[in-house]
Amino acid sequence: MNKLIRLLPLIVCLALGGVLYQGLFLNPQELPSALVGKKLPAFELSTLRNAGKTVNADDLKGKVKLLNVWATWCPSCRYEHPYLLEIAKSERVAVFGLNYKDERGPANQWLQQLGDPYVFSIFDQQGTLGLDLGVYGAPETFVIDGDGVIRKRFAGVIDARVWQSEFLPLIEQIEAEQQGS
Amino acid sequence: MLTLIKNSKVLFSVFMLLAVFLLGSAQASPVDTYEFSDKVTQKRYQELTKELRCPKCQNQNLADSNSPIAADLRRQVYNLLNEGKSDMEIMSYMVDRYGDFVLYRPKVNNTTYILWFGPAILLLLGVGVIIFILRRKPHAKEKQALSADQQDKLKQILKD
Repeated sequence: MNKLIRLLPLIVCLALGGVLYQGLFLNPQELPSALVGKKLPAFELSTLRNAGKTVNADDLKGKVKLLNVWATWCPSCRYEHPYLLEIAKSERVAVFGLNYKDERGPANQWLQQLGDPYVFSIFDQQGTLGLDLGVYGAPETFVIDGDGVIRKRFAGVIDARVWQSEFLPLIEQIEAEQQGS
Repeated sequence: MLTLIKNSKVLFSVFMLLAVFLLGSAQASPVDTYEFSDKVTQKRYQELTKELRCPKCQNQNLADSNSPIAADLRRQVYNLLNEGKSDMEIMSYMVDRYGDFVLYRPKVNNTTYILWFGPAILLLLGVGVIIFILRRKPHAKEKQALSADQQDKLKQILKD
């Protein structure tokens, strides 16, 4: 008993150290989305290319799809762009864009210059759909399954490493689920 | 002359302190020019923006943050207030989109028990340990004070 009490501070200290040490590897920016497991919120917005054409949640087709939040004012989006082109080229998933709080002219120009990975981009100038999605920056990418349910939200740049570790396993899982049903 | 120097030194330090305070307040909170129909709504707006956390700049509330997303959310709070939504409705509107994280004061539930009660429990534990140690010490000393020889002597004395 006596010995145990003498060791108690050391034990508590080690336990606390362990917890705090773990905390070093957590990413505070990586917030769980409140929308995972819910349907994509309803919206009615024009496409980036065509101001006269409105789209809604039903226009996002594909068994697994990405909704990528981007803008010309976002430097990380430019960095991410080439990899998005590659994802689109692989045709594993359908990639949709959410052009977030941007302007039509420069945004279209950007796609013309750098290539367009998106089936289409939703033009969300006011950020209303962004707000409903809980977007707080760009780039952000949502994984949506065939039933229109949001399965993942990823804040930050997608590159080969992130794609391998964060996206592919989930995409494989969704594909397996939907083949089963 | 000496007192003059002393005084000027004091004056100087007072001045420096003031400067530090003024500089500190130079990076002030953003100012929105929203107009409120009445004082109560304005008060509610201020309370709500204090209670809601900026999702981008995580250690600030909406009222203190200069980030664009905080400005957007402040506008949304303003709009919702004008639509006649209650405080609870506005809070849950934000939680639906940004998760529990957006609340500056976390809810009391399974995942936050440690957060809420941990410090108090640690404090109690500490106080307990101190009391235990303080109570135990005198006894330990008494025991130590009597060596085997002394104990023999004590026995003899008691026999006599």
